[in-house]
Amino acid sequence: MTGETKWGCTHNERQPVSSTCAAIWAAPACLPRVSSIQLWWATRVHSPHHSLWSLQWPSTRLSANISPRFPGSQPFGSVPLTPVVSQPTVLQPYGPPPTSAQVTAQLAGMQISGAVAPALPPVGLGYGSPASLASASGSFPNPGLYGSYPQGQAPPLSQAQGHLGAQPPQRSAPPQASTFTSPASGGPRMPSMTGPFLPGQGFGGPSLSQPNHVSSPPPQALPPGTQMTGPPGPPPPMHSSQQPGYQLQQNGSFGPARGPQPNYGSPYPGAPTFGSQPGPPQPLPPKRLDPDAIPSPIQVIEDDRNNRGSEPFVTGVRGQVPPLVTTNFLVKDQGNASPRYIRCTSYNIPCTSDMAKQAQVPLAAVIKPLARLPPEEVSPYVVDHGESGPLRCNRCKAYMCPFMQFIEGGRRFQCCFCSCINDVPPQYFQHLDHTGKRVDAYDRPELSLGSYEFLATVDYCKNNKFPSPPAFIFMIDVSYNAIRSGLVRLLCEELKSLLDFLPREGGTEESAIRVGFVTYNKVLHFYNVKSSLAQPQMMVVSDVADMFVPLLDGFLVNVSESRAVITSLLDQIPEMFADTRETETVFAPVIQAGMEALKAAECAGKLFLFHTSLPIAEAPGKLKNRDDRKLINTDKEKTLFQPQTGAYQTLAKECVAQGCCVDLFLFPNQYVDVATLSVVPQLTGGSVYKYACFQVENDQERFLSDLRRDVQKVVGFDAVMRVRTSTGIRAVDFFGAFYMSNTTDVELAGLDGDKTVTVEFKHDDRLNEESGALLQCALLYTSCAGQRRLRIHNLALNCCTQLADLYRNCETDTLINYMAKFAYRGVLNSPVKTVRDTLITQCAQILACYRKNCASPSSAGQLILPECMKLLPVYLNCVLKSDVLQPGAEVTTDDRAYVRQLVTSMDVAETNVFFYPRLLPLTKSPIESATEPPAVRASEERLSNGDIYLLENGLNLFLWVGASVQQGVVQSLFNVSSFSQITSGLSVLPVLDNPLSKKVRGLIDSLRAQRSRYMKLIVVKQEDKLEMLFKHFLVEDKSLSGGASYVDFLCHMHKEIRQLLS
Amino acid sequence: MATYLEFIQQNEERDGVRFSWNVWPSSRLEATRMVVPLACLLTPLKERPDLPPVQYEPVLCSRPTCKAILNPLCQVDYRAKLWACNFCFQRNQFPPAYTGISEVNQPAELMPQFSTIEYVIQRGAQSPLIFLYVVDTCLEEDDLQALKESLQMSLSLLPPDALVGLITFGRMVQVHELSCEGISKSYVFRGTKDLTAKQIQDMLGLTKPAMPMQQARPGPPQEHPFVSSRFLQPVHKIDMNLTDLLGELQRDPWPVTQGKRPLRSTGVALSIAVGLLEGTFPNTGARIMLFTGGPPTQGPGMVVGDELKVPIRSWHDIEKDNARFMKKATKHYEMLANRTATNGHCIDIYACALDQTGLLEMKCCANLTGGHMVMGDSFNTSLFKQTFQRIFSKDFNGDFRMAFGATLEVKTSRELKVAGAIGPCVSLNVKGPCVSENELGVGGTNQWKICGLDPTSTLGIYFEVVNQHNAPVPQGGRGAIQFVTQYQHSSTQRRIRVTTIARNWADAQSQLRHIEAAFDQEAAAVLMARLGVFRAESEEGPDVLRWLDRQLIRLCQKFGQYNKEDPTSFRLSDSFSLYPQPVLLDSSSILADRILLMDTFFQIVIYLGETIAQWRKAGYQDMPEYENFKHLLQAPLDDAQEILQARFPMPRYINTEHGGSQARFLLSKVNPSQTHNNLYAWGQETGAPILTDDVSLQVFMDHLKKLAVSSAC
Repeated sequence: MTGETKWGCTHNERQPVSSTCAAIWAAPACLPRVSSIQLWWATRVHSPHHSLWSLQWPSTRLSANISPRFPGSQPFGSVPLTPVVSQPTVLQPYGPPPTSAQVTAQLAGMQISGAVAPALPPVGLGYGSPASLASASGSFPNPGLYGSYPQGQAPPLSQAQGHLGAQPPQRSAPPQASTFTSPASGGPRMPSMTGPFLPGQGFGGPSLSQPNHVSSPPPQALPPGTQMTGPPGPPPPMHSSQQPGYQLQQNGSFGPARGPQPNYGSPYPGAPTFGSQPGPPQPLPPKRLDPDAIPSPIQVIEDDRNNRGSEPFVTGVRGQVPPLVTTNFLVKDQGNASPRYIRCTSYNIPCTSDMAKQAQVPLAAVIKPLARLPPEEVSPYVVDHGESGPLRCNRCKAYMCPFMQFIEGGRRFQCCFCSCINDVPPQYFQHLDHTGKRVDAYDRPELSLGSYEFLATVDYCKNNKFPSPPAFIFMIDVSYNAIRSGLVRLLCEELKSLLDFLPREGGTEESAIRVGFVTYNKVLHFYNVKSSLAQPQMMVVSDVADMFVPLLDGFLVNVSESRAVITSLLDQIPEMFADTRETETVFAPVIQAGMEALKAAECAGKLFLFHTSLPIAEAPGKLKNRDDRKLINTDKEKTLFQPQTGAYQTLAKECVAQGCCVDLFLFPNQYVDVATLSVVPQLTGGSVYKYACFQVENDQERFLSDLRRDVQKVVGFDAVMRVRTSTGIRAVDFFGAFYMSNTTDVELAGLDGDKTVTVEFKHDDRLNEESGALLQCALLYTSCAGQRRLRIHNLALNCCTQLADLYRNCETDTLINYMAKFAYRGVLNSPVKTVRDTLITQCAQILACYRKNCASPSSAGQLILPECMKLLPVYLNCVLKSDVLQPGAEVTTDDRAYVRQLVTSMDVAETNVFFYPRLLPLTKSPIESATEPPAVRASEERLSNGDIYLLENGLNLFLWVGASVQQGVVQSLFNVSSFSQITSGLSVLPVLDNPLSKKVRGLIDSLRAQRSRYMKLIVVKQEDKLEMLFKHFLVEDKSLSGGASYVDFLCHMHKEIRQLLS
Repeated sequence: MATYLEFIQQNEERDGVRFSWNVWPSSRLEATRMVVPLACLLTPLKERPDLPPVQYEPVLCSRPTCKAILNPLCQVDYRAKLWACNFCFQRNQFPPAYTGISEVNQPAELMPQFSTIEYVIQRGAQSPLIFLYVVDTCLEEDDLQALKESLQMSLSLLPPDALVGLITFGRMVQVHELSCEGISKSYVFRGTKDLTAKQIQDMLGLTKPAMPMQQARPGPPQEHPFVSSRFLQPVHKIDMNLTDLLGELQRDPWPVTQGKRPLRSTGVALSIAVGLLEGTFPNTGARIMLFTGGPPTQGPGMVVGDELKVPIRSWHDIEKDNARFMKKATKHYEMLANRTATNGHCIDIYACALDQTGLLEMKCCANLTGGHMVMGDSFNTSLFKQTFQRIFSKDFNGDFRMAFGATLEVKTSRELKVAGAIGPCVSLNVKGPCVSENELGVGGTNQWKICGLDPTSTLGIYFEVVNQHNAPVPQGGRGAIQFVTQYQHSSTQRRIRVTTIARNWADAQSQLRHIEAAFDQEAAAVLMARLGVFRAESEEGPDVLRWLDRQLIRLCQKFGQYNKEDPTSFRLSDSFSLYPQPVLLDSSSILADRILLMDTFFQIVIYLGETIAQWRKAGYQDMPEYENFKHLLQAPLDDAQEILQARFPMPRYINTEHGGSQARFLLSKVNPSQTHNNLYAWGQETGAPILTDDVSLQVFMDHLKKLAVSSAC
């Protein structure tokens, strides 16, 4: 029991993290309670639709009737019914597929309800049920506090009493109160509870109140305000309204809610809102879980920062869980790869596949082989083994690493991956010390570090030839749209200076990378920029059906040698096409041309494509506009994510073979079919950037910033990545931007420091607790100076025979990264709904398995989450309601495809903030404080209208201004005198010389610096049109597109878990 | 008219016509017995300094199937203002403009000295001449340099308003856009892909009236009513640009690895040139000038692969049908040639390389379009440079000696029909009453198209006498033929040259001597040679030789004087004596104390006998007392120079001496009267033996006589 925290009833009493391996959210122990939660949840979902509500209620009620017999399943079974009838889009995702039986049941229920309406009370009684009372009773620790309630609940109580004994009376009346009283376990600690608590509410209030609603057939008609305010008016504690009739009880149940809160010391400003919640007909539920009581991402992040941010993370010990990605920490490599390179979903792997299957926790590693390191950490040492090349196991070809075991006095070594015994070559021989370690272990990176590089020999090169330095080819759309938007002029101007900053290696003065230029519309123009020419020469290739490179000499040139010609070219391009009226473009031939150019030059490289429109010109890869929003939520929705034609896959394959990476900058004014256009970038390890409705004035900074970063970043070319594992597990699945022609080798035409590959492992044998599990990720690549290298990352994990060990060593952020990528790939082949259901089911199974096998026995009504995974539901919900899986009306097909492909190569930190945005209050902390203000949870309730907030998710950046922000603040930030004068949608803050302005702009800059893409700022005013856009990112709230709020989802998850357990 | 020789010469000078027979056998049967067909060599644009063109249009016979042009042979009724067509006997009214006509006031076309007359047509838009250079860049550096200089030089020779274009090729084909300043632009095509004319025009943006590239430069309205002229610009506008462009031309930059030939896309380059002109300037005078330095090695029209270890097809490969690419390549170039001819353009080929360049496959390009074909060792030779320069030579009027897009129509009087033509022409497939069913050469028509021609272009035209034996031509009757050549003059005027000739009929039985005396053996030899060559195109070599032999034997039988079975009695009259072997250059002429000058049209060889060579080596010519020797040495040089000045293409000029390696050019041509097989002359001053198995003229004539007198034949 010491290992668990009981929660819910005892939310304030979170135990010290150190001793916590699990948090139990103790829901009311008894069945009715659970059903009440469910009921409430359904209510909330439907509350906007009064009419539907009445439909729904009977069914719920039906289930409630049955609930005593089938406590686990029945009540939930009914839930889906409502959606079917009322709001399918909303509810579908969460419920099992509606069956006809259920529908019937529901209809029956309706009839009943209609007929029985007057007779409700009895039913209510039945429903109110002993169980609920029981739980309630258990949870009432402080009779004093709730003394006033007993009267309220008389009828149900009587039943409950049977269960609970002593204290039934209080419980139902003040639902909140009852909430807190929840399960037995929490009993003693109840008093300290701070927030209103959901389960109790749900149980007490809703279960009873709903009948009331139903009973009054036109509850919809009831002006919620009046209904609510009226009854609450009376002293909340009294709240006896329940007794007279259920109708009243409902009101009563809300009334008290307000009152008690202050008592509970509700800590957040949202409380007032809460208090105002109307009855079921209202948009907001009558009662709800206290959001403060459920696991808070902010809190978890803060705790980890405080606990682990100060000490360096030393990688020597096997199976250590690293600090969270949100924590700043230093890494000391002592034999395992830094978490900056590899993060795992779990650092303790079940020994057997049975265990793994039972737990359903995906075993995956998120690998970022070329991750950039903070300046304090050293990049991997380069080891040169001379002509013999890196030392490898003869059998499995694993590279020498710290886990290799030297035996026989150092003459041989046993491979840690396949156990093969290999001879140590004479030139590598070294004696062992008394511990069996080579005496030179600490002199050799490959024997002492988790990450290092080998210089590759010619055997590792294509065609057994050392590679030539790579090349960059800039391919610029010069069709009408590109010219008109000012893009071409801007780009050409920028390139003139940007070419001085091509990636260099080490201390070299000049980049080895050569550059080439192509412009195109529906034909391609190549440029000869040979240094000996006085003027560049343009070569037009109009045979787009059969693309080729028209020149070799003079196309790819050294920047400094050909500077004059290049400058002249970049000056002339905008002029040459200034009056173009060509609107059609080609696309596949452009990539083909770049690839052929690299092939002709026998080098790897990268294409930078700047493209504006759907390629409709007659050519291979020609596309048609097939955007069709009607497909959303149908079985054909997946086609929106699939490429229109197979031509791009074929092309991508050729690109990969050539080591030709494609970065795509899109500037669409309308649908461009990102799903198809991004196929090649995706499969070649490239990036896609999208600037919808590009205008130089508005988007210049963002585009140039992205471009600069993209051109300057260090890239590896023509790479192959292989993940080797010790016997027992095997890499089976890979996610990311790359191509695979077999099942083991990840081929990357290009790989930069932002790209990650997520690898999933499966058991193929038993693992051994003693030897653990080893991963070795080997990346063979060509550096930007043209050097062929191998980068090796090693990581040792623990193995366990106890499920608890698995759950204790998980990392939710990584898990979410994996699950998001898995789901985002799933939408290519399955209906989105199926994908969402799969995610929910898996999450439920993971948690249910924990509940069943690891948590100490407790009542089924308790939601118990493993400490390491307590954020899983909230994060998963964010994934579920992301644009890809649940698009809102304003999300375009291209946006979805774009996001889908972005997420595919995101690392853990990026997915973390992408799915759960950071919301920073700007005026809460003193201006002087140098540190970032502590974030708040992404919910509207957390916003105070007197404050200003920054919200970022790695792609977007909002500045939200509350309507009643102090005038001084407005003045110092926006240089206008009042809120109303602030321009909505502003994207640049005026540069003002005052501490607040400086601080905010500084903060924005630092946020941008943390992200791999430039985030354009949007200023949003409270109550403004743009606010809708902003609210989309308040992920704990219910979303307009039908995504559940955190609270709702948690309840649903609980339900699912219970279903699994029963 | 003193002799037939003079008559022939006179006619040739006036009309540019030479007949095999100048008195015609009057019946079909007799004509066939003459062995050598009734035929003529026609030089349509024979240079006539004394012939001012008339500035009006010709008067045509009103019979729709005739449309012969009024000529001096027509009967004219000056009072009734009527004229009778001498071909169809239709009586025609003179047009209103001729009202003033009378015996003393005749229009030029009625005057006998104007049997050849040239009309200038004033109608229709005049289109500029077009010169499209198609340049191989797979050349050695100095070769390319020389070619570039020649091309740059040629810009100054072109008429200033002529349009000029540039296509370069190697592994790729580049069509250069000439209209722009700043960045030089070119359209590039893969050298391996055969494109249709439509595709080429699409890709060059010629199918749409407006191209984006062009819009980028909204200049003055287009000067020509043509779709696009980005690739073809007036010389005076862009000669600076083009000079620079040519100057910057690089050798094909694609690497050629050891053991490979450079990839040369001649076939595609030519195809694009044809397609470009087809799309932009159909039926306008245009020259595609192909400069190539080696065989096409890739794409359609390739003649040999790029592997050096596989040699280019030899004569033996062709004989054994073992030349892999030949048929395909020939087909490709024929297709291009036909298209070019259809469009009225012509193709010149300037091939300079030491090895073969695939002219065999490409020859139809020049042949069917009336283009030049020039072969040399290198562009860096005077042979090429001067030949090329000579293309742009001007006549006494200051006009270029070139004409374009000509059609030649031949009309005959009733006793004759047209059997065909052999020369740089293609059939226009016009069937008329004067078209014979028997074809000799390109037949089945009485109209041909000659896309490019110059004052020396000559066609052989073959006729058939159709008059039946039993319907004799009245005594003194004459047969008439009218040649009508419509063409675009180099001044861009449309012109029509009309030549009307008449010859006497004679009854072969009674007047064979007349006919015999009017035989033009030179013309006949050329006409028969053309027939032989024409046959060789489609027949096996030995068959053609056998046919030629047979014709010769039959001719000798017909016109020789001999006693049966007595070869020694065989004699041929003067008018036939040279016909069997016109060349009188014998190995017996090669003597130590002689200097020989040989002109074989393509080669001019000066050969110093052994003794002369020794004298020269000893330097006698520099000694004042041997000045006459100096003159002796100089004389052939002067003669050669004279030939070199005028000849097109410039001949190979060889100055050699006894024992010199280049003496082979002489030895391969002389009649091998002395060979290693008949050594009887060894040790005497009798000339040089030739190492060959060919028979000498003496042996040949002996056999010929034997066969001619043999009754078995």
